[in-house]
Amino acid sequence: MSAAHEPVQTFTPRDFHRQAHDALGNPQIRANFRRAMDGLMAKRRDVFSDWDLETLRELGANIRLRALARLPDLLERLEANCQANGIQVHWAENGDEACRIIREICQRHEAKAVIKGKSMVSEEMHLNAHLEAAGIEALESDLGEYLVQLNEQTPSHIIMPAIHLNTDEISEIMHDKTGIERTRDVDTMTAAARAQLRERFMGADVGISGVNFAVAETGTLCLVENEGNGRMTTAVPPVHIAVTGIEKVVEHLRDVPPLYALLTRSATGQHVTTYFNMISSPRKEGEHDGPKEVHLVLVDSGRSNIYQDDELLDTLRCIRCGACMNHCPVYTRVGGHTYGTTYPGPIGSILMPHMMGLEQTKDLPTASSLCGACGEVCPVKIPIPDLLVRLRRESVGEGRGNVPGAGVKRTKKEASAWKGFQWLATHPGVWRSGTAMVGKLQALMPAKLGAWTEYRTAPKPAKTSLHALVKRHQAERAGGEERS
Amino acid sequence: MSARDNILKRLRERADGPLTAPQSDFGVVTGRGWGQAERLARFERWITSVHGEVVHTSRDAWTSTLAEVLEAKGIRRLALGREHPVAAEARAALAERGVALIDADRDIEAWQREQFHDTEAGLTSTRGAIAETGSLWLWPTPDEPRLLSLVPPIHIAVLDADTIEDTFFDVIERHGWADDMPTNALLVSGPSKTADIEQTLAYGVHGPRELVVLVRNAEERV
Repeated sequence: MSAAHEPVQTFTPRDFHRQAHDALGNPQIRANFRRAMDGLMAKRRDVFSDWDLETLRELGANIRLRALARLPDLLERLEANCQANGIQVHWAENGDEACRIIREICQRHEAKAVIKGKSMVSEEMHLNAHLEAAGIEALESDLGEYLVQLNEQTPSHIIMPAIHLNTDEISEIMHDKTGIERTRDVDTMTAAARAQLRERFMGADVGISGVNFAVAETGTLCLVENEGNGRMTTAVPPVHIAVTGIEKVVEHLRDVPPLYALLTRSATGQHVTTYFNMISSPRKEGEHDGPKEVHLVLVDSGRSNIYQDDELLDTLRCIRCGACMNHCPVYTRVGGHTYGTTYPGPIGSILMPHMMGLEQTKDLPTASSLCGACGEVCPVKIPIPDLLVRLRRESVGEGRGNVPGAGVKRTKKEASAWKGFQWLATHPGVWRSGTAMVGKLQALMPAKLGAWTEYRTAPKPAKTSLHALVKRHQAERAGGEERS
Repeated sequence: MSARDNILKRLRERADGPLTAPQSDFGVVTGRGWGQAERLARFERWITSVHGEVVHTSRDAWTSTLAEVLEAKGIRRLALGREHPVAAEARAALAERGVALIDADRDIEAWQREQFHDTEAGLTSTRGAIAETGSLWLWPTPDEPRLLSLVPPIHIAVLDADTIEDTFFDVIERHGWADDMPTNALLVSGPSKTADIEQTLAYGVHGPRELVVLVRNAEERV
């Protein structure tokens, strides 16, 4: 009856169209996402109702832009201040390198079990699989991530990882994988997970978390959460490893409150989260708890390439709230797994092509109606629709050619068709006789036009073109005026 | 070259040239101008909206209020610090009340299992609070360590009403956080919660199921 019993399905961006087709035909997926996204949109609207939202978004965008403008300096400052505080800083060019750094820290401590707070960057590099291959168990502790991991899936939303599952499915998963009685009572299931995970926190050798904001000025790592698993992960095990993308740095501590205000309200419509956890050092002499070692792993993974281009740079302003997916009519209908990428929805469609190349992700920039909702709700004003268009241009070789896989969608046929159209449209005489001809031959229009006619009937050219109609109308009116 | 040098070099030799940093106007996150009563009212409204409990008391009578809360909730084992005046006064007042006082100022390695399994509540002081979001501001210390406000199923926090600021930005600026960040700085806004099971709110997923804030008003208010 539920996803829990279905064979594990793997998703890839290459199969976007087939996966979208499957998801659209799955009433469970459709209902779960529709209900959740409607709720999230309403909550966001309410929680911003007494704010000067435009001014706040302007400030958020401005803080992120300032951080990016000074990025190399701020990363060095962050590193220096973290080190002065006793936090060890590591740099990784890509996910594999970051995985290796993290594994080696774990191995140095002879770690057998790692407990994880929510980290999308660790999903990006498939850290869990890497650690498990080295014989180190990596257990997710965010409830949603825990459920998704139990069900051998990946998150379908960056903030609410298990949003694709409903209560019955979760009950089935918890029953199957942890042996508790089937129940529809959310408090009972939550309490069971609490008990299961508390044991694991105590037994964990290393805690691994993400970072929401890294403050250069003070060498502080900020974590935003509701559950307390982030605090547990960063305070119970003897070693804490924080892993983050190089773009997460902000300049000053005072830059944090506006971004935090935007993040929680945009993500889940909360005026604040239960915990805002700011970590500036490992356990100091005389302190009684907290990890004795704290590591920060800074990961590039294509970010410095995005950074080169004035337009693409805006992608790096993102604070990972997920509002763009909550408001996306495509995401709401096909769900997060359909995209086959770590980050789904509009932000994924403008970010993943840089990380995986357009060869893999060429369908993602077109997975949008360009309705503009994502750009309108983005708390840091990323012009997502413009970036989608830019990546469409790159994918057909009409951009700057600086995105990996640029030109992958270019076909001779399409390119020459557009060349032909361009010639026609700039030669009025030929154009007019051409459209007149099409009107006369309308019966020859094929009934099947590929994807266009999959759900629609083929368009029929009018007998008389609009241009000819206007001409005729003008002639008639001129004639009438002469007579009067 | 190391990964570090490569990354920094790519960022510094940016293809489209250097970027200009804009100035930031923080007006939208400060300057609320609320009076003390307004601050307290807002703090209370927000923290109770996320399941936090607020109990009003006074500086003189707060330990009796604490004893009443412990009794009402059936708390028999309370973890707390020793040196902070909140902990010291609580210890003095509770000595004869049949509540087991558990020392929190011990290395966690010595009592982790006891803390996770046998502690019914943790008592902490707070440094202040934020009216706009209903958040408590805690800087854990050796006396009141990080896990004291997280592991026990009930967290009881003592807040002086006159330490509430308007906004998070105001707290950071007025108290000079940037010059002196502790190992761990925390904002706590309600008990631990999750909505990961079909958006249904559940409390106490990893941290405390209940958060009780004893608000000490300067003069008698109860």
